[in-house]
Amino acid sequence: MSALAPAAPALHPAASAEPRAASFLTGTLVLSRRSLLHSFRDPESVLMAVLLPVMMMLIFVYVLGGAMSVGDGAPSHGEYLAYVLPAIALTSAGFGASFTAVVVSNDMTTGLIDRLRTMPFPAVTVLLGHTVASLVRNLLATVVVVLVALAVGYRTDAPLLSLLGAFGLIALWILVITVVFATLGMLAGSAEAASGYGFILLFLPYLSSGYAPVETMPGWLRAFAEHQPMTPLIDAARALMDGQAAGADALVSVVWCTGLITIALVVAGYVFPRRTSR
Amino acid sequence: MTAPPPLLEIRGLRKSYGTRPVLDGLDLVLPPGIHALLGPNGAGKTTLIKILSTLLPHDGGTVRVLGLDPRRDRRRLQGLLSLTGQFAAVDGALTCTENLEMIGRLFGLPGSLARTRAAEQLERFELTRARSTRAATLSGGMRRKLDIAAGLLSRPRLVILDEPTTGLDTRSRQVLWEEIRGLAAEGTSVLLTTQYLEEADALAEQVHVLDRGRIVAGGTTQELKALVGGAVVRILDQDGAVLEELATTGTAPDLAARLAEAAHRFPTATASIHRPTLDDVFLHLTEAGPSADPDGAATAPSVAPVRV
Repeated sequence: MSALAPAAPALHPAASAEPRAASFLTGTLVLSRRSLLHSFRDPESVLMAVLLPVMMMLIFVYVLGGAMSVGDGAPSHGEYLAYVLPAIALTSAGFGASFTAVVVSNDMTTGLIDRLRTMPFPAVTVLLGHTVASLVRNLLATVVVVLVALAVGYRTDAPLLSLLGAFGLIALWILVITVVFATLGMLAGSAEAASGYGFILLFLPYLSSGYAPVETMPGWLRAFAEHQPMTPLIDAARALMDGQAAGADALVSVVWCTGLITIALVVAGYVFPRRTSR
Repeated sequence: MTAPPPLLEIRGLRKSYGTRPVLDGLDLVLPPGIHALLGPNGAGKTTLIKILSTLLPHDGGTVRVLGLDPRRDRRRLQGLLSLTGQFAAVDGALTCTENLEMIGRLFGLPGSLARTRAAEQLERFELTRARSTRAATLSGGMRRKLDIAAGLLSRPRLVILDEPTTGLDTRSRQVLWEEIRGLAAEGTSVLLTTQYLEEADALAEQVHVLDRGRIVAGGTTQELKALVGGAVVRILDQDGAVLEELATTGTAPDLAARLAEAAHRFPTATASIHRPTLDDVFLHLTEAGPSADPDGAATAPSVAPVRV
């Protein structure tokens, strides 16, 4: 026992007189940085964020674009490119956000969350950090989508304000799907289950007006497509990117997003305080 | 100078999961120091620790940790304690330095102080060379050291260690033991749970045995060993097989008498004197006994040496 040995002065308990606590803001900043480090150090997530939009863009425009007639005239690559652009942005964002379910589930099932919950800061900032990272990651993915679109010939003469509106709608959806995936990550027993549950959400854009007009679908599918959030969101974004008014579609989109995020937050608010690692 | 509040003051603590009671009117008052909590799996050790470290609300009774109520004075208490659980609570994607700085910032330290403390901890736990290594690629022992370094970075008044040396090799365990003794010398209290009875014997000033949600015994290790009685004279044949065990009170005259009896009855046998270990105490006190444990975790590492 070294009871009589002089302890290093820095280790003396007198140095830690009063307990400190970290604010909500500090917690959010520190944990957002952590989640961003996770994102950019996970090769899979970086690949997903960059490669997926590029591949989708090329496949839809060059493979399908020549066969798809979405306007009044003959099939055209350029016309289809403008048509699918919002859907590709939202599909990519969905894939990117699904990563959130996995990281949240990992956090909940390893010992780290227990340590964090015993520390003097608002633990919910752990989730906020993942949300911020997902927003950053997927907005970058959206920028990649736009850059690839420009590279393969996309042009628009829509006013800047409309373009910002479209971007805002896409960003809103990224936020919604991130929060939904974070909640799924908490509900799932494991990271594998979390990505499994989330998988179905990733198909929503395909079952909407994103890749083909709903008028071309069989009645039952059309009924579903017209009443799920992707269709008004994509229609609104497409209209804005074309310089037209989004009208009711924008409003319906915002209502959908607000509703979904509210449900997800209520569930998360119930589950999060009750989940510990085991 | 007023007397500091007890480390723990727990009276009539109750906690159930659904209808299953886990802690059933638990009473425990501990002064500052190093304390060990023993108990078979399912005894309620981890639940108790979760309540003390603010992770779980309790159902009934009173709980004071360092004089604070884990429910009402949650934030204040959180600033004074640290929990190191059974599974390494480090972030695999972050480097050692990043892990420690993150913990420092979340304890409310300004960035520069968090950096200084992180470097100090790396030095102290001989992790400086691995400071830029991501935690996921560290060996199990080094990850555990990082975990414990993270737990001590805020210089807590109470360090709670839930089975801290599970999975550590002998050398790492010795290093950690030294570290824990060092903490006590600096005035930090330690509450540890362990399945290794030798560990409780080596470290703790007081050991408490938890079984079925209650404290069934407590005291110094000597006091606990006295509970199971004195020494046993073991008569062994040439092959070392036990022929007979003679119970004694442990006093010199009684031992001498038993040895004389053994010499008379087994002229060719060898004899040894077996003093009770914490293993014996544990088996004696816990009703089901660790052998009834489904996964056998409590029986597997029978590390307590038999003293003769």
